[in-house]
Amino acid sequence: MTSVSPAPAPAPAHPGRRRRPSPRRIGLQAARIALALFFSFPIVFMLVSSFKPDQQIFGDLDGIKAFLPVGHLSLDNYTGVFDRVPAVRFLLNSIGISAITVALSIFINSLAAFALSRMRWRGKKIVLTAVIATLIVPFETFALPMVWWVNKLPWLQLDGGRLIVTEGWLDTYQVQILPFVANAMFIFLFHQYFQSIPKELDEAAVLDGASWFGIYRRIVMPLSGPAIATVAILAFLPMWNAYLWPLMVVQSEDLRPVMIGIDYFVQTNPSWGEIMAYSSMITVPVLALFVAFQRAFVSSIASSGVKG
Amino acid sequence: MESRTRRLAVSSIAALAAAALVAGCGGSGSTGSSGADGNTLTLWTHNAGNAAEYGVVKQVVKDFNASQSKYKVKIQAFPQGSYNDSVVAAASAKKLPCLLDVDGPNVPNWAWGGYLAPLDLSKGQVAVKDQLPSTVATYKGKTYGFGFYDVALTMYSRKSVLKKYDIRIPTLDKPWTKDEFSDALAKLKASGKFKNTLDLGTGDPGEWWPYAYSPLLQSFGGDLIDRSAYKTAKGALNGENAVEWGKWFRSMVTKGYAPQKSSKSPADDFRNGKTAIQWDGSWSAQANTDKFGSDLAILPPVDFGDGPKIGGASWQWGMSSTCANKEGAQAYLNFSRQTKYFVDFAKATNTIAATDAAAQQVKGYETGGQFNIFLKEAQKFAVVRPVTPAYPYISTVFSKTAMDIMAGADVKGALDQAVSQIDNNLATNNYSTGS
Amino acid sequence: MSTRPGAAADVPPTRRATQRRARRRESLAALGMVSPAVFLLVMFIVIPVVLAFALAFTNARLVSPTPAQFTGVQNFRVLLDDPLFYKSLRNTFYFAVVVVPLQGGLALVLALLVNAKVKGVNFFRTVYFLPVVTSMVVVSILWTLLYQKTGLINELISHLTLGLVQGPDWLNNPSTAMPAIIVMSVWQGVGFHMIIWLAGLQTIPQDLYEAADIDGATRWTRFWHVTWPGLSATRTFVLITITINAFALFTQISVMTQGGPLDSTSTVVYQAVRTGYSQQQTGYASAISLVFFVLVLAVSLVQRFLTREKD
Repeated sequence: MTSVSPAPAPAPAHPGRRRRPSPRRIGLQAARIALALFFSFPIVFMLVSSFKPDQQIFGDLDGIKAFLPVGHLSLDNYTGVFDRVPAVRFLLNSIGISAITVALSIFINSLAAFALSRMRWRGKKIVLTAVIATLIVPFETFALPMVWWVNKLPWLQLDGGRLIVTEGWLDTYQVQILPFVANAMFIFLFHQYFQSIPKELDEAAVLDGASWFGIYRRIVMPLSGPAIATVAILAFLPMWNAYLWPLMVVQSEDLRPVMIGIDYFVQTNPSWGEIMAYSSMITVPVLALFVAFQRAFVSSIASSGVKG
Repeated sequence: MESRTRRLAVSSIAALAAAALVAGCGGSGSTGSSGADGNTLTLWTHNAGNAAEYGVVKQVVKDFNASQSKYKVKIQAFPQGSYNDSVVAAASAKKLPCLLDVDGPNVPNWAWGGYLAPLDLSKGQVAVKDQLPSTVATYKGKTYGFGFYDVALTMYSRKSVLKKYDIRIPTLDKPWTKDEFSDALAKLKASGKFKNTLDLGTGDPGEWWPYAYSPLLQSFGGDLIDRSAYKTAKGALNGENAVEWGKWFRSMVTKGYAPQKSSKSPADDFRNGKTAIQWDGSWSAQANTDKFGSDLAILPPVDFGDGPKIGGASWQWGMSSTCANKEGAQAYLNFSRQTKYFVDFAKATNTIAATDAAAQQVKGYETGGQFNIFLKEAQKFAVVRPVTPAYPYISTVFSKTAMDIMAGADVKGALDQAVSQIDNNLATNNYSTGS
Repeated sequence: MSTRPGAAADVPPTRRATQRRARRRESLAALGMVSPAVFLLVMFIVIPVVLAFALAFTNARLVSPTPAQFTGVQNFRVLLDDPLFYKSLRNTFYFAVVVVPLQGGLALVLALLVNAKVKGVNFFRTVYFLPVVTSMVVVSILWTLLYQKTGLINELISHLTLGLVQGPDWLNNPSTAMPAIIVMSVWQGVGFHMIIWLAGLQTIPQDLYEAADIDGATRWTRFWHVTWPGLSATRTFVLITITINAFALFTQISVMTQGGPLDSTSTVVYQAVRTGYSQQQTGYASAISLVFFVLVLAVSLVQRFLTREKD
């Protein structure tokens, strides 16, 4: 299991003065490594299997070989993927759809959370409770009326330089984006985070003549790196994993996101090796995003002394 | 801190720009299709990701478009796994295409629900009467769909294995009886050589359960519904024969012959030598032959008393009732009914061509060919799933009941409950039934 | 979107009037800021949900030649006599009651473990997050495999107990299927809440820790007196989101057990989806969802009342 060996560490902060590790530290590190093994085995299996022929994947299942790159290894599954699925197109679609949703989601939800947590107005408690209540109904249970509903919605479209109104959002990009921008969980998360930022900062800014939007933009948001990063990651995931909704509302292959691609492999005789290869391909972008955004946590550790 | 936010903002904007670019490239998809735009007809198929069959669909469409200048057919392909959900969602928004394929047992439900329109297939080159009965979907005296091929259930084993344990190799004319089958399983189990003595393929939860296991029930003399009027499941699904089937089904687990839940790929387990006898379909024949050559034993289903039975009907083609250009759709369907396409579909999918004439042209399926047994099975043993709009409901109830029985539920009680649920569903819905 | 900057420069007629005007401006600005989100929530959740709930009072079907008819409370009457609904309800609560503390607690432990400045902390965070991003199809194949009678987990049990204990056929045994789903779900989802705890840990000012260190606090008192109170807002959030997620349990069930064996893993959402889609009984499925919504709302309100912030 080569991938579990100690990873390239983030540049140690103080290379000069490293203390001798105490037994406690060693114990904790051992716990971390044990947990890492516990959490990483499926992805190891997935990556390893993506290089094996089907019959061998199931032959190796009984033992430790399932997690080892042994036997006939080849890139055949990967070439098979490209023969079967327009993988690049699907990846670009999902990246675009997820990125727009994440960007809009961060803005719209934090704005609402700002008003709900830091401003005084009548009815905000009721609004907050009502917003949280929208979390309760699982999407699966109202997806069907939703299809009918979005099919009635108007949209503006540029048609040869002229703006025209079309009816029905089926088979578009916006139908995969706009319904998922506002999200009670993210409003709630921002709300909880904003409450930890001292309110005196707002009052001082008001005295300095700042507008409420100015306070939001210049004071609160800059202090909310960890919350923004968290929402970015959490908002990205369901968009990347979107399956039920796109299969109901998208008919053109050109508009499909990555998860629908999995279904391309589920044939009468599924090719499991190709499923593993495709799954590996679509997991990498999410991991890359996670690695990029989690820096927000690190840098805020370094700078957290600065705020309140 | 400021710079952190700025970094976030910059990356968000960059992402937005990239996304807008992508959106710009494909934005033209937003014009909704209502099945036909003048003489341009839309066709939906479940073949995305299945290059072989999709290739034939494309060929037929290409040939049709070239054969005349009036109509033009445009294909949209969906992956099989979620095809039904896509169609039902589109139907709820009144956005069905003109032409679509449909899984055979669903035809009555979709015809009753107003998705499908009756067809006039008299103008095709191939006559309807020449087709395997299971490949033509009729509902209330009208034809709503036809398929180019069918598949057959079958058992796979190895001749060398059967010979070694002194087990008779069954034939179409003399299939195994229930007792013979029990003896064979006992011998194979006693050898201790196999992880699974019998693999029924119970790991796949979908339509496979009614397709694969209701023929076993029928061979015991039971059925999913009383087919005399399609008004009740009483007797058929909870009579003595059905109970006997349930007990036998459960005994496969209790005797340690079959896993209660098979692996994700029973066919690979068979090819890896983990399984002695596997209950599977004709679609695995080619891969199994590649692996075992002439040692592969393709066995007809067991006769549990009422003769061997297999399920009938696979994917079929139909026309939507909301189609704006039914003449064009009919023209396409009739054009497609040429023997060469029956041959091409069967070749591409390793399946049984729907007509005898076509089957003779598919290697292996010709008289005397090693796969000819499938054609014979389809002719002799095939039973279509009940021709009623209630079928999707019956299918889920049967699957759940069979799973419960396999998990040790009281057989009679489980079947009685299934009957009361099905009868209740039949009573509260105004289904009209019959082929 | 917001008020004009420099409002304080206006010369006020009276103090109270200025205050009132500032208040009104604040209210207007607040409304402007919540309205985009509220508008979208109404469009894409409230309206479709109301449509879905309306169907609960009809005999709507997924596929039907005739339009739905109003049937009053007929669906609810059937529901009250449906033994599967009670089983599903019990299973759902069982799952939630176990998963909420387990997943929340384990997530916090993980967050604390990777909130330290040690070698490879980025790597560990990423690895603990792996199950969250791995495709459910792949995860389910693996766990189905691990849970087999002769699977890796039972081998391990057998080795650890020197062959004294033989593990059960986890997913095919009515008494072990749900615990097996619970373990797998916690394993899969814990990274998600680890991230939220991590974000919460960042809100605790570093100087509080430094002050505690000067006072010579032990790690435990430091956690109890600084970290735990500092996480009060995050706690509410984690509690409510895990609870709601737990109640919505569906995917694992649909992929791994289909509610079996013998209904031991059937959940309310699984039953609703199966009834509404596979069995085409849209009206009845909506009734299940509606009853369920009311129940979860009640639980959440109680939770929120118990964890209310005193401000």
